[in-house]
Amino acid sequence: MNRVKRMWQLGLSLLLFSNVALADWSALNLRQGVTEISREVYDLHMLIFYICCGIGVVVFGAMIISMLMHRKSLGVKPATFHENTNLEIAWTVVPIVILLGMAVPATSTLRDMYEPGDADIDIEVRGYQWKWQYTYLDDDPAKEIQFMSALMTPQDEIYNEAAKGEHYLLDVDNPLVVPINKRIRFLVTAEDVIHAFWVPDFAVKKDAIPGFVHESWAIVEEPGVYRGQCAELCGKDHGFMPIVVHALEQDDYDAWVAEKQSEAAAIFETVGKTWTQDELLAKGGEVYARNCVACHQVNGQGIPPAFPSLVGQGVTVGDIQENIDVLLYGRAGTAMQAFGQQLNAAEIASVVTYVRNSWGNDTGDTIQPKDIHTQMASQ
Amino acid sequence: MSAVIEEHHHDDHHHGPDKGIMRWVLTTNHKDIGTLYLWFSFLMFLTGGVMALGIRAELFQPGLQIVAPEVFNQLTTMHGLIMVFGAVMPAFVGLANWLVPMMIGAPDMALPRMNNYSFWILPFAFGLLLSTFFMDGGAPNYGWTFYAPLSTDYAPPSVTFFIFAVHMMGVSSIMGSINVIVTILNMRAPGMTLMQMPLFVWTWLITAYLLIAVMPVLAGVVTMMLMDIHFATSFFNAAGGGDPVLFQHVFWFFGHPEVYIMILPAFGIVSAIIPTFARKRLFGYDSMVYATASIAFLSFIVWAHHMFTVGIPIAGELYFMYATMLIAVPTGVKVFNWVATMWQGAMTFETPMLFAIAFVILFTIGGFSGLMLAITPVDFQYHDTYFVVAHFHYVLVPGSVFSIMAAVYYWLPKWTGNMYDETLGKTHFWLSFIGVNVTFFPQHFIGLAGMPRRIPDYALQFADWNMVSSCGAFLFGFSQLLFMFIVIKCIRGGKKATDQVWEGAHGLEWTIPSPAPYHTFSTPPTDMKEAHG
Ligand code: HEC
Ligand code: HEM
Ligand SMILES: [Cu+2]
Ligand SMILES: [Cu+2]
Repeated sequence: MNRVKRMWQLGLSLLLFSNVALADWSALNLRQGVTEISREVYDLHMLIFYICCGIGVVVFGAMIISMLMHRKSLGVKPATFHENTNLEIAWTVVPIVILLGMAVPATSTLRDMYEPGDADIDIEVRGYQWKWQYTYLDDDPAKEIQFMSALMTPQDEIYNEAAKGEHYLLDVDNPLVVPINKRIRFLVTAEDVIHAFWVPDFAVKKDAIPGFVHESWAIVEEPGVYRGQCAELCGKDHGFMPIVVHALEQDDYDAWVAEKQSEAAAIFETVGKTWTQDELLAKGGEVYARNCVACHQVNGQGIPPAFPSLVGQGVTVGDIQENIDVLLYGRAGTAMQAFGQQLNAAEIASVVTYVRNSWGNDTGDTIQPKDIHTQMASQ
Repeated sequence: MSAVIEEHHHDDHHHGPDKGIMRWVLTTNHKDIGTLYLWFSFLMFLTGGVMALGIRAELFQPGLQIVAPEVFNQLTTMHGLIMVFGAVMPAFVGLANWLVPMMIGAPDMALPRMNNYSFWILPFAFGLLLSTFFMDGGAPNYGWTFYAPLSTDYAPPSVTFFIFAVHMMGVSSIMGSINVIVTILNMRAPGMTLMQMPLFVWTWLITAYLLIAVMPVLAGVVTMMLMDIHFATSFFNAAGGGDPVLFQHVFWFFGHPEVYIMILPAFGIVSAIIPTFARKRLFGYDSMVYATASIAFLSFIVWAHHMFTVGIPIAGELYFMYATMLIAVPTGVKVFNWVATMWQGAMTFETPMLFAIAFVILFTIGGFSGLMLAITPVDFQYHDTYFVVAHFHYVLVPGSVFSIMAAVYYWLPKWTGNMYDETLGKTHFWLSFIGVNVTFFPQHFIGLAGMPRRIPDYALQFADWNMVSSCGAFLFGFSQLLFMFIVIKCIRGGKKATDQVWEGAHGLEWTIPSPAPYHTFSTPPTDMKEAHG
């Protein structure tokens, strides 16, 4: 009996008190962030908040006094006044003045945010169901860096089969990398549905809308890792498409750029060689796990009818060229994207090989990266 | 006066309610239809509530435990749709049915047969909507705002049924509001001027105009979706030369007035209850009427404050910011008038008064966060986070829903002839009050800290407050079963209510017997002194 009671007490106090007590109080407010704009936004937020508190004290104060003093149980007689034009004018005009006081700093912050200026770096941010693609625009297309960035948190952490890591749900495979103290322009758009690119520490939130390119910019002042999330409902895995930005000192950034460019060269080489089926299957499994499971599931069964099964039916056991085309060009107007814009030839070749030889699909086909490369280049 | 009552009894004899289920199916009596609306709304409130608890159970801890992400999206979407269109709006229509004729001294609504239709469309509309849960691909999963193209090219097949259900709700609302307008404008007792009408009647008159203005816009936008989905048009499809942002403009041109549709009648209710229990006339009746009308007008010209992040040019952003801030002025006037009504009254705190006072305080808190959201540059940080969820729940739950509960407690004795159990009523109030605040206050924090809305799983720094919020939600949810118990107990019996019921109550509805006879004011009242408090 006693034990049960103690358990209850413990449970209750755990729920109600220690949680609150242990909560990280600094995490209750907006972040100040690391750009001039984000600090301006923070100050504006605090200003409006304090003004609201002030009005609240007056209004709620009057109500509380009234509730304490003007109760029938104290034997008071109700007054009979029921209108007063001067008072009505006063409490129309005073709020207008207060609102003007808010509108002035708000306008100036907004103008700062919209201030035009030449960017040092232009990055195209493209939302896909459910990952981001970053392209560092360059006049010389050969120098353009482009990569996909997707959630890296393992499924077993999400399904509570493993302890959750520190950056649970806020970790990606390829973070966006930017140099500090440079004006970075984000050109935000989307491929399928509407997403929103949001990095709280930069006070940047822009909807990514198919068919539109909207811009937003930031000058990051401190090196560090900044995390955000997609902020517009975009389907099933809307909660699972974080944004991670690494802000680096200029030297480190240059080193990163050089590394990315040599990586691209290395990929070019691997595309040229002839792969064995085992190599393709191993690589294909990785590509599949990272790009396809969200819709077609680990076992290839999909979630019909939204996301079809790839097992024992349709193009994965049918015409090989059609299978490749679906991967390269997607299916217009459906969630099946054109992976030709996201994956390289080796990845496409290996994942097609993989889906045609897994879960009981046994076409025995192998698809060579160089063939895919030829087809992609001919486009 | 007593002669009038005699006559009602006489009437009663010949035109009493039919017996059995057909009474409810065929009824054209405004009181019966009001009752139907209110029970329907309560059923939907529980249905949407169960979905909310499903959501909160999933969000109790980080990780995916109870529902898969695709089901989670269906739950949030259906919860929002059902609460807005199924719980709050029908509840206000139910109250209008019961009260408007009794407040203006009319024998019934002007168009009784249409009144019957507009109710009976609803069960079919919501039956259709709920049936989508059992369809291939599941229920709507694109949020109650159903932004294209997620709701068109990327939607589950059930979207067509959703569109049809929305059309049915729209037809029902439009018929209901025509009825309210015609009744108020044509059936007031002789001698009752517009400026003598109780504020509940005023707010409903204005609400009905809002409904007639915007429900066709909603019908238009879902029809454009239907065309995009089935007839190869490209209204919202960028690849076909259309514009996904157009969808949002049209939707919010409906959507912003819609949120005032859900709050103006609440203003009317609170303006009836506070004077009664303060035993003092409503302060600033005229300015209350003008403030309501200004809010309604402004509600048409602020829609893009829901779209600050879609990339509007700076001039547009500034305009919508200023216009939105302006709404704070008439809203403030209303709050100040309520406080001035309480001031130097002789207050007692029966359950309706408790709900009404909680309404004023908590709605004002929702107003503060609304003002913060109006400030465009900071809205970039708040938009689509839990801060917004906290904001709109503060205005909808302790706002609209509390006002409906206040109204039920306030007029229940008139409807049933019995007093409800005051101790239980107060218990229900305190449980709801604590539940609501524990649920939604912490959501301000998690929103500011950066948690997006509409996500089934979240990063670890949001865990503590989500757990608190879920506990509050279950407290609030289960307290509503007590509400149901109290209402049923009151219907079945209890201390007999007097005609005036409340010492400080004024208005024509308090001059007729309790319970209100099946037919009232067959002969119009003549004494207008009592018309408003
Ligand atoms: C965002 C969800 C999504 C992702 C991610 C996705 N697919 Fe698909 N996939 C679909 C949908 C939806 C269809 C059905 C399109 C249609 O209606 O024709 C589809 C169709 C296919 C088909 C054609 C099936 C048939 O028989 O017609 C293949 C093959 C395929 N996907 C392979 C893949 C591979 C491989 C990947 C990973 C590189 C992938 N998909 C990633 C949603 C997705
Ligand atoms: C028991 C009380 C309630 C609880 C616990 C509750 C809880 C929730 C939760 C958890 C969400 C999802 C938020 C998100 O993920 O973005 C939500 C959304 C919503 N709720 Fe409630 N809610 C309650 C009552 C109401 C009421 C009474 C209304 C309307 C009058 C309402 C209207 C909405 C709307 C419009 C949404 C947005 C749906 C969407 O994102 O599309 N809720 N609610
Ligand atoms: Cu998203
Ligand atoms: Cu709005």
